[in-house]
Amino acid sequence: MDRILVSPNPHIHAPVSTRSLMRDVVIALLPASLVSVIYYGLPALVVFAVSIITCVGLEYLIERFLMHAPSTVGDLSAVVTGLLLAMNLPSSTPWWVVMIGAAVAIGVAKMTFGGIGQNVFNPALVGRVFLLVSFPAIMTTWVIPGGYFGADAVTGATPLGLVNEAILQGKSVTSVVGDFSYCDRLFTFMGGSAGEASVLALLAGWIYLLVRRVVRPHITVSIWATVAVISLIFWLCNPERFTDPLFNLLSGGMILGSCFMATDYVTSPMSTKGGIIFGVGIGFITMMIRYFGSYPEGVSFAILIMNATVPLINMFCHQKKYGRK
Amino acid sequence: MAKITFNIGGVHPDDSKIAKDRPIEVLPLPQTVWVSMAQHLGAPAKPVVAVGDKVLAGQVIAEPGGFISAFVHSPVSGTVKSIAPRKDLAGNNMTHIEIAVEGDEWVEGVDLSDTLVTAIPEDRQAILDKIKACGVVGLGGATFPTHVKLNPAPGSVAECLIINGAECEPFLTSDYRIMLEKTKEIIVGAAIMQKVLGGCRCVIAIEDNKPEAISAMRKALGELGYSNMEVLPLMKKYPQGGEKQLIDAVMHRQVGSGALPISVGAVVQNMATALAVYEAVQKNKPLVTNTLTVTGDCLPVEKQHNYLFRIGMPLSYIAEYAGGVPGDAAKIVSGGPMMGKAIANLDACTVKGSSSLLYLSEAMTKRGEQSACIRCGKCAQACPMGLEPFLLYRLYKAGNTDELEKNAVHDCIECGCCLYSCPANIPLLDYIRQAKGQVLGIIRARAAAAKAAAEAAKTNEKK
Repeated sequence: MDRILVSPNPHIHAPVSTRSLMRDVVIALLPASLVSVIYYGLPALVVFAVSIITCVGLEYLIERFLMHAPSTVGDLSAVVTGLLLAMNLPSSTPWWVVMIGAAVAIGVAKMTFGGIGQNVFNPALVGRVFLLVSFPAIMTTWVIPGGYFGADAVTGATPLGLVNEAILQGKSVTSVVGDFSYCDRLFTFMGGSAGEASVLALLAGWIYLLVRRVVRPHITVSIWATVAVISLIFWLCNPERFTDPLFNLLSGGMILGSCFMATDYVTSPMSTKGGIIFGVGIGFITMMIRYFGSYPEGVSFAILIMNATVPLINMFCHQKKYGRK
Repeated sequence: MAKITFNIGGVHPDDSKIAKDRPIEVLPLPQTVWVSMAQHLGAPAKPVVAVGDKVLAGQVIAEPGGFISAFVHSPVSGTVKSIAPRKDLAGNNMTHIEIAVEGDEWVEGVDLSDTLVTAIPEDRQAILDKIKACGVVGLGGATFPTHVKLNPAPGSVAECLIINGAECEPFLTSDYRIMLEKTKEIIVGAAIMQKVLGGCRCVIAIEDNKPEAISAMRKALGELGYSNMEVLPLMKKYPQGGEKQLIDAVMHRQVGSGALPISVGAVVQNMATALAVYEAVQKNKPLVTNTLTVTGDCLPVEKQHNYLFRIGMPLSYIAEYAGGVPGDAAKIVSGGPMMGKAIANLDACTVKGSSSLLYLSEAMTKRGEQSACIRCGKCAQACPMGLEPFLLYRLYKAGNTDELEKNAVHDCIECGCCLYSCPANIPLLDYIRQAKGQVLGIIRARAAAAKAAAEAAKTNEKK
């Protein structure tokens, strides 16, 4: 007892750290990543590897040479950003495009604001939207899963892209949606981003995060509820023109976005009430873009727009205090 | 599994009640005891003995130093050696009465037998006087004088007496042991307080990680045949034993900011306090003993103990008797690991409210390196007062006392849930405690200024 610690309470700590939380997110994303690597093959693996290596490497370099600060790559948050960005890109994306996206995500969206905890917008989504705007052709050429490594794959549009096309041409959407099987969506794989391959794998990861208490369900559920309610109303009014709720919940980046991107700690509100407002906003904007916008998919834009409102939401929404009105 | 608990926040640390099956042992007397004059909340007591006086165990050696204060009695018989400052467990000087122990002779009238006395005195004031004369204070942590708490201001009515058996702090088992070993005494003590409060309802609240205590209490309650008293199992959650949280759990009422529990009709008393009330009223025995757990994660179970100690025993004496301080203990805590005080000075002596000698290993207690806030909001979800520690921390750093007050920093109960749950190891509570001090200072200064202004206006009117 030659050396004894003295400090204020509490004297114990929960078995949780930034690193353990980020590790849990990586674990939760693994099933969906594996599925997409298996079904999209080697190109998907290249996208994942380039994205993660660029994110981690750039964060290290910026902290080492520009900020002269201790490195935070050990907290694994750059790995999560890289992984999420990769899951948001078509597996056919060339490696140098992935690299640009990762550089924008970490260099612009994260480190410019001061690093972890400081960024206003979700870095992975900023990277993705930057690429979507800069390389529209590459970013909208989706590989329809053809098989395993080496098997021939066909390129084509996603279900949402087809719907958007039909709407722009004034055709009925039912013919398009009719080809779209919900069973396929759940168990097998439709065209889309690398990480959007399997809804079930994504949901399994999300449930893992819920069980580990890494995230709470309120944001995700409020997005789903809003999307379901809005699309139900429009669909009942005019099923020829508007897609049905289940289609909207299961297609595109809805599951990936609502489970993993909107629930990002840094860019979502702290209070429960604020989180619900945030989720409702994302659901609403997504549906407006899907129904009336010129882009086929709106989840990324919706999350980024709502990210910008988070400081405002935090200012007005607080936890319920004990013994106070 | 019990479903009842408090509504806001809370955390679930592993309860680590390693010492729960160790029966209470009586500690032998040391050669010397040092009795602190600050055994309670409020003004320190004033010594009424002089150096050289012979004292008996149970004899008054200090009287209350104010309205909120309490009598202190000699825990042993012997000779007063000195009345001088001595360091308490935080290293601050406080007047102690040093008594050289000569035998164990008690003052007349104290009943040291184990016979259960169930006949409760009729006169309410007589009971209160006895509780005051025996120096009983709340033993749940705050050591607030019990006779003050049991005598609410005129106009306020006690609707429910809650006996706090939550013992929500990990490791601590002293309340659990007395619930098993002094079951009926506690219930009679509760009945006495119930009577003083005018016969309100009485709830004995126990967390469901102590099923043996729940069934023992229920059985004893049935045998004693008290109606209007019940045992209520609560879901295990920290800080359930906090007064405000317990009132929320049991009565579904919340005490307003700065208000007393009696404002919602509640009086909360700890298990050990109920036992002390029983001993004072039924046995004439002043509060000079209490139960303490020697425990920790770096202590094998056979070296863990629950001891009946006398006040004034040096902690080092207890540690030595229990087999010495384990080599891998990095921190020694008096109290639980969530709210206890780290001991800087093991020569400090036990006081009425001592509850444990807790040895924590470095792996368990050393704070991790602080990193950036990731805005996860875990602190806000954990806070049982519904505060937002991340926000208070930033406001404190910005020196914004107006916003700190608006965001109720002074409601903080310092339970430690925020720091406990922070993944970035930000010392939230350290900062919030500072901020709370600042804001309370401002509120007090404002009240004093308002009072002075009102008085000045009055004198002007008279002119």
